[in-house]
Amino acid sequence: MHSRRLRRLWSVYGGYALGFVSLFLIWQLASLYVVSSVLFPPPTVVFRKGVLLVRNGVLLEHLSASLQRIMAGFIAGSLLGIPIGLAMGSFRPVRKLLEPYTEFLRFIPSVAMITVAVIWFGIGEASKIFLIIYTTIFIVILNTAAGVSAIAPNKIRAAQALGATRAQIFVHVALPATLPYILTGMRLAMANSFTTIVAAELIAANEGLGKMLWDGRLFMLVDDIFVSLVTLGLLGFAVDRMFRWSIYAFAGKYSPAT
Amino acid sequence: MPLVSFHDVQKTYRSLQGVDYMAVEHFSVEIEAGEFFCLLGPSGCGKTTVLKMLAGFEAPTAGQILMDGRPVTGASRDRGVVFQGDDSLYGWLTAVENVEFGLRMQHVRKTERRERAMRYLELVGLNGQEQKYPAELSGGMKQRIQIARALVNEPKMLLMDEPFAALDAQTRSLMQIELASIWQTTRTTVLFITHDIDEAVTLGKRIGVMRAGPRSQVKGMVEVALDGARSRTDDVFLRYYKQVYEMIRDEVAKSIARAE
Repeated sequence: MHSRRLRRLWSVYGGYALGFVSLFLIWQLASLYVVSSVLFPPPTVVFRKGVLLVRNGVLLEHLSASLQRIMAGFIAGSLLGIPIGLAMGSFRPVRKLLEPYTEFLRFIPSVAMITVAVIWFGIGEASKIFLIIYTTIFIVILNTAAGVSAIAPNKIRAAQALGATRAQIFVHVALPATLPYILTGMRLAMANSFTTIVAAELIAANEGLGKMLWDGRLFMLVDDIFVSLVTLGLLGFAVDRMFRWSIYAFAGKYSPAT
Repeated sequence: MPLVSFHDVQKTYRSLQGVDYMAVEHFSVEIEAGEFFCLLGPSGCGKTTVLKMLAGFEAPTAGQILMDGRPVTGASRDRGVVFQGDDSLYGWLTAVENVEFGLRMQHVRKTERRERAMRYLELVGLNGQEQKYPAELSGGMKQRIQIARALVNEPKMLLMDEPFAALDAQTRSLMQIELASIWQTTRTTVLFITHDIDEAVTLGKRIGVMRAGPRSQVKGMVEVALDGARSRTDDVFLRYYKQVYEMIRDEVAKSIARAE
């Protein structure tokens, strides 16, 4: 009984656990025997430094600064992007009107917009949130619109023949059928948000994980740099897992085609 | 007055290259209330086009389609539709929620619509499966959901677009028997599209045989004076089968020749 549960746990998470252990093991061995240098600290040293930075509150301060910016921009960008994407997918004139914007702007990377953002909004929160919105909105729009156009025409026809109005079809058919596409768009946008926030904080910020990296370079605090890097990796991994899990658990049965 | 009449209906599609294709031309048919009407024809003869126009999904290029003496201008809950595939079902709703969909759109109260939906799920033989999602059900069961979903709305007629064509032979034959018995109880007017002579003779009160497309229309009508359960081995059944077969044989040959 007990061993069976263990075996099941192992079959689900065993691979993961092994993967992570091997990652840190290889890192440890590499920094001890291959590239033995203060510029490449082993995970044990990084971990000790991380604990210290958690204790004195520095890491949490940086972490929460970055996370708050990401969340504010990500939520605002999604709230703007979803209705625009739905409208573009549903109405051809809207699509034609807005496609030049989305098709033009999505090729200008958010990192390239940092200079403009700082000139417009200063080095405070506004410029960071603007950049996260910018990096979120286009992916969410494109995915949402693609989801709408992937809806099987018979789903709409069936609703019409069952007496649904246009508004009802939108709420009860188009929206749920598009949900997996919306969530996938948001998941991709979240990954981009991490890239963007670090780049923005590297250039202009008073706190944040990117600022931590930059300070680390200025003052040669190599351990701090690695703490920041590991934090970014773990945070991104955790958030992405959350999204994957919610897509699987919540939206698995939602699908535009079948 | 017939429930439905097609008057000299024509439908032309334009391809992306700008080439016109006339699917049906001078198509005229009348369907009486309470009738089980089968429209039989070779593939590509425009029988689905006819159904789409009556459903209100597409407008005829010329001619008129009347229901109860009024022109059909768009989809309406007067005409319930059962589609060939399962892509019209809502995968995020359970079987019973799918069946309730039309009633929910009509703002029928929850307890009442659940009760009515359950009644129709029982009629189509899906009791016990109501909490399952379409993905968990077999092809035949999914078609039963579609039939219940259309019938619970109490439409004036049911339009069925080759609803059993994608099922395996055993399931198809079973579904035909059950549909015949459902029709015996409800006496809903049915327009049933099929390319299968056997299916048409099994189900139809009247069979309209279509010519090969393009510019298709009804070539001839066969009245099936059989009531109740029909057996494929009956002499009468075979006589009807032969009669329809003689009528459609040349059209199938033409349709194959044109496709090549």
